[in-house]
Amino acid sequence: MARLTQENVERAREIISRYPASRSALLPLLYLAQEQDGWIDDSAMEHIGDLLDLTPAQVLGTCSFYTMFKRQPVGRHLVSVCTNIACLLNGGYELLEHAEARLGVVVDETTPDGEFTLEEVECLADCDRAPCLQVNYRFFGNVTHDDFDRLVDDLRAGRLAETVPAHGVLNREQPPPVSVRRADAPHGAGD
Amino acid sequence: MAFRDAPDILTSRLRYEDSHTLERFLATGGYDGLRAAVARPADEIVEEVKTSGLRGRGGAGFATGQKWSFLPADVFPRYLVVNGDEGEPATFKDHMLIERDPHQLIEGIAIASYAIKCTKAFLYLRGEFALGHERMSRALREAYTHGALGRNVFGSGFDIDIVLHPGAGAYICGEETALLSSLEGFRGEPRIRPPFPAVKGLYQKPTVVNNVETLANMAWIVLNGGAAYAALGQGRSTGTRLLSLSGHVNRPGNYEVELAKSTFRDLFYDPALGGGIKGGREVKAFIPGGASAPWFGPDQLDCPLDLDEVQQRGSMMGSGSVVVMDETTCPVRAAWRITKFFAHESCGKCTPCREGSGWLEKVLRRIELGAGREEDLDLLLDVCDNLAPGLSWPPGQTTICVLGPSIPSPIYTSIRMFRDEYLTHVKEGGCPFS
Ligand SMILES: Cc1cc2nc3c(=O)[nH]c(=O)nc-3n(C[C@H](O)[C@H](O)[C@H](O)COP(=O)(O)O)c2cc1C
Ligand code: SF4
Ligand code: FES
Repeated sequence: MARLTQENVERAREIISRYPASRSALLPLLYLAQEQDGWIDDSAMEHIGDLLDLTPAQVLGTCSFYTMFKRQPVGRHLVSVCTNIACLLNGGYELLEHAEARLGVVVDETTPDGEFTLEEVECLADCDRAPCLQVNYRFFGNVTHDDFDRLVDDLRAGRLAETVPAHGVLNREQPPPVSVRRADAPHGAGD
Repeated sequence: MAFRDAPDILTSRLRYEDSHTLERFLATGGYDGLRAAVARPADEIVEEVKTSGLRGRGGAGFATGQKWSFLPADVFPRYLVVNGDEGEPATFKDHMLIERDPHQLIEGIAIASYAIKCTKAFLYLRGEFALGHERMSRALREAYTHGALGRNVFGSGFDIDIVLHPGAGAYICGEETALLSSLEGFRGEPRIRPPFPAVKGLYQKPTVVNNVETLANMAWIVLNGGAAYAALGQGRSTGTRLLSLSGHVNRPGNYEVELAKSTFRDLFYDPALGGGIKGGREVKAFIPGGASAPWFGPDQLDCPLDLDEVQQRGSMMGSGSVVVMDETTCPVRAAWRITKFFAHESCGKCTPCREGSGWLEKVLRRIELGAGREEDLDLLLDVCDNLAPGLSWPPGQTTICVLGPSIPSPIYTSIRMFRDEYLTHVKEGGCPFS
């Protein structure tokens, strides 16, 4: 756990090679750690710092700015309910309240079995399907309270494993490696 | 499909279930625009884009060709950074373009890179778009294999790499200088201008930042000519654009409309567009261009969908998101929720924005919950005036970026339109709509 595996270190090196300055790979490497462990702990940040020649404080400083990086364990399913304006107008808060009741947690809590973490989020850019939510960043739109109950049952039973991979797995496709490697590396890039 | 007789510039493939595949893209003229572009001198492509009159679709509406020409000559490397961080509340057009037609965007990025003579482009894609990341990753691989990206594009001698970069949940990273900070691996904090990105942008090199939808137009402009694009629309609002329509309409969705040729009323009521207000109710207010935009009342329904016209009437088309609120809407609750968004997303660098957003949110909340006082209305307007002196549009600049000065928009416009309803909250000690 926590430090990147040898395989992920290889992936990290390929990612770093895409950028003219290595620090640009920081967000992608934090995602790599989150994919490996489901969240990002201190030793993962230290390891990433080693790979990028950054101090742990520099890594944490960037990491803590971004809401998608979880520095505490979250459930296998991160349920993100939008309550921003289009969803508010179409029952977003009612859906969030229903989700709290159904899961037996309040916002930012995880169910005791570790299956679900519930969060309230800003606009997900899916507003024509309000009220909407994401599970591990996969979209579900026009969600009725009954839909929500069915969704929870399906997720718990593993019936949606194909469309909703575990929390942390954002991109199951590999982007292509770049062909013009660092040829244009600027001078004085980075800090 | 585009509205009325306008051509489908951005949405031509969306009628197909498999619009995101390379097969469909190639079967519908895909990469013809890039082939045509790389066979011509780069400067000619810049001229076509200038002639088109295309204005950026990310929010500010700046002329794209003009922005490109601000790059200092002969300074290399230079970069194209594509803004796919779409986070302005109720905007969902880039999300659709990325998921449903990734190759169209790749083609546009390659054409723009060729025109501005860069060999490396970055696509900063909002982190929450997991499917978008997967579709785009696959499409990029296909584009390399097809010869549309990488070394020697279609045998022309032009080299281009596109690096897909994930955002991680911060609205402010959509602001172009914050985006550059984020792309360099820092906190997403905006930078003071000047220098502008065109002079010192990514890694302090000349950089163009363009929105996803802006670049999705490129192949059409190259194939049909800038003049054909400029022939659509009117005045300085040329071409078509995507409007994200949401809220209390029967048919929310993205609609491609020719600019300046129809009105907000058409957008809300035409059976091919919004299809009317839910339950046959009346429009109480609408937001013409994203959460940062001042609200309009029903008296502006006949305002044409024209960037300059909307601006003259005191708001903006901004990111192209239009939110309709019917009679049942509580204006205090709606303004509070948007303010809560800004309070959450302020990066914290400037005092008026960091502190102002938080206090405005708290005062609005207490009014909505029935603990407000009559003086709170003046208090709100006073804090708003600190953020955007004069409370007019476009707002006066008090901070490093325009997030701060945009915060007052929903507050002062809703107070102006619905002062009585604010006061009812105070008098009745609660929300009359709940
Ligand atoms: C707070 C804030 C958020 C923004 N968010 C976005 C965004 O999500 N997407 C976008 O393209 N532009 C956004 N912009 C506008 C960008 O700063 C920039 O003007 C735009 O990406 C330039 O592209 P264009 O000229 O093609 O429109 C935002 C601006 C501000 C001030
Ligand atoms: S105006 Fe707000 S969001 Fe923009 S730089 Fe200042 S504090 Fe950050
Ligand atoms: S407001 Fe909920 S997805 Fe946009």
